[in-house]
Amino acid sequence: MKNMWIKSMLGLFTWVCVMAGFTFSVHAADPLKVGFVYVSPIGDAGWTYQHDLGRLAMEKNLSGKVTSKFIESVPEGAEAERVIRDLAKSGHKLIFTTSFGYMNPTIKVAKVFPKTIFEHSTGYKQSRNVGTYMCRFYEGRYLTGIVAGKMTKSNKLGYVAAFPIPEVIRGINAFCLGAKSVNPDIEIKVIWVNSWFDPGKEREASEALIDQGVDVLTHHTDSTAPTMTAEEKGVYSIGYHSDMSKYGANAHLTATTHVWDSYYTRIAQEVLAGTWKSEAVWGGINDGMIALAPMSKSIPADVVAMVKEKEKAIADGSFHPFSGPIQKQDGTEVIPAGKQLTDKDLLGMNYYVQGVLGSIPK
Amino acid sequence: MNPETLMNILIATIAAGTPLVYAALGELIVEKSGVLNLGVEGMMLVGAISGFITMAKTGSLLLAVSAGMLAGALMAMVFGVLTLSLMANQVASGLALTIFGAGLSAFMGINYTSVALEGVPELHIPLLSQLPVIGPLLFSYDILIYCSFLLLGGVLWFLYRSRPGLILKAIGENPKSGHALGYSVLRIRYLAVLFGGAMAGLGGVYLAVAYTPMWVEGMVAGRGWVSLALVVFATWRPLRVMIGAYLFGGVTILQFHIQGFGIEIPAQFLSMLPYLATILVLVIISRDQHLIRLNSPASLGLTFHPEKNQ
Repeated sequence: MKNMWIKSMLGLFTWVCVMAGFTFSVHAADPLKVGFVYVSPIGDAGWTYQHDLGRLAMEKNLSGKVTSKFIESVPEGAEAERVIRDLAKSGHKLIFTTSFGYMNPTIKVAKVFPKTIFEHSTGYKQSRNVGTYMCRFYEGRYLTGIVAGKMTKSNKLGYVAAFPIPEVIRGINAFCLGAKSVNPDIEIKVIWVNSWFDPGKEREASEALIDQGVDVLTHHTDSTAPTMTAEEKGVYSIGYHSDMSKYGANAHLTATTHVWDSYYTRIAQEVLAGTWKSEAVWGGINDGMIALAPMSKSIPADVVAMVKEKEKAIADGSFHPFSGPIQKQDGTEVIPAGKQLTDKDLLGMNYYVQGVLGSIPK
Repeated sequence: MNPETLMNILIATIAAGTPLVYAALGELIVEKSGVLNLGVEGMMLVGAISGFITMAKTGSLLLAVSAGMLAGALMAMVFGVLTLSLMANQVASGLALTIFGAGLSAFMGINYTSVALEGVPELHIPLLSQLPVIGPLLFSYDILIYCSFLLLGGVLWFLYRSRPGLILKAIGENPKSGHALGYSVLRIRYLAVLFGGAMAGLGGVYLAVAYTPMWVEGMVAGRGWVSLALVVFATWRPLRVMIGAYLFGGVTILQFHIQGFGIEIPAQFLSMLPYLATILVLVIISRDQHLIRLNSPASLGLTFHPEKNQ
């Protein structure tokens, strides 16, 4: 009797195993599972929000062929490694990790899962199954600089900045060059808040800038606090990451936004088709990765036209925001007329151009 | 620096110091009763998110303030039950409260990150606010700032002019004698701890609803710890606590102005300055050993239970 019992249990077990195998094989033909790792909550504006818009666009464009899953607020470091590993283990064959601090964890996990494809944003380490991608924010910064240069009355522009790394300094310089191209008298005041996301500090810094006569404010930090402060104090602001106009109906002129819709769609398509190769992508307006938010009504039509024209010139390659002659603060020439800075120059930028006040914290 | 800028710096200073005033004055009463609650940071965070959610849902400042104070008091109640009734170690329980508050507030605020509030309108007192210099400097804040002035007056009166204040201090010095005189040490300490929690919660509400006005995980950013330090370095004296809070606020604001003026001091050094300057100044003004001994509650941080300590 007992023997019988064991036999039937064994039979049941075998049957379960067969069924599991069967379901597994059905799943293999299922849509591509794409995982996203976000550094902050999605919210309704900002870095992660833009990436999530890209994810949703990818799902829509490739509906039926992909499914996606995201994990938000993942701290950079050991925790990230666990999250990325879990995604890979649960059958996600394409994983986007969207913050600089995920670089080493991504590389590490990628070694363990050679058949999974990883795409890491803003990093510089690639491997056979890890590609990197980021975008040329400076193109958008240059264009918003034109808007700021035309809209300022005090000729003082304010910049709330996070950390003195080349990425941020490049943005400040591009903004300055754009503004100077239409208004040689402008000056840029920069305040460093030593944080990517700290609405309290960003607000305090914005208030200090406005108190010192700044009438167009922009920022390279992640919250909407600068725009909200500008709205309260009755000056103009230029957003970053997302269209922030709902936080400053009167203040918000436009914003430098990054768009991942077409990029995420393209990469998922390549993975589906088996044509994906590890690359280091640095895309700009031309690739649809940088765009300006809708222009405010308070910007005169001729300025809008001027910006559109420059935007087109940057997109078709006939104009580069860092074209000579460019001088450093002390007047030494970085690059003579007729030449442009190379990508290598841009990636290592550690000086202010003429027009930016103060010095870079060491 | 033109006078208008100076004025703006001073006004911003008061706003930046206000959350510290609330939290530190609350903690001062707690410590005067002989209890050391290191959970200020956690209570502020939970107060901040509770107030923020209420403000976002109802739009009523009164409800937001009530919710924040209630949430802070509830957190303090947890601490009270642990340390007063169950006689757990106060330092460990306080630290646990801070860690718990950080997690709880983050959880409560999941859906409120990057929600923006209107902020609290400034209350321009008619006539008075139009006076030159003094007008904007004294009479053009939001209501929560005026309330913090009232709180200082209340705390001063309570500690130095009222009988309950005297009893509270006596219990902080020597709970056994208080008990022998027939005062309920535990009840008085519970009330003090709850008051401290409510004030910490209110400080959090001010931060999230009026100052930023935004919710971010961990937005109290060490202000709870600064409040604790203020109480000690101000040698348990309300007026000095207030001075310390504004000093901290002032240097916080000033660091951004210094950068804007292009004065060449490393930004990292400036970020450190508020902590350094506040503690340095308070240590210097309160360095009288005799006064320190006179003002510090003798039984601070020691557990007391009426039945055990007979």
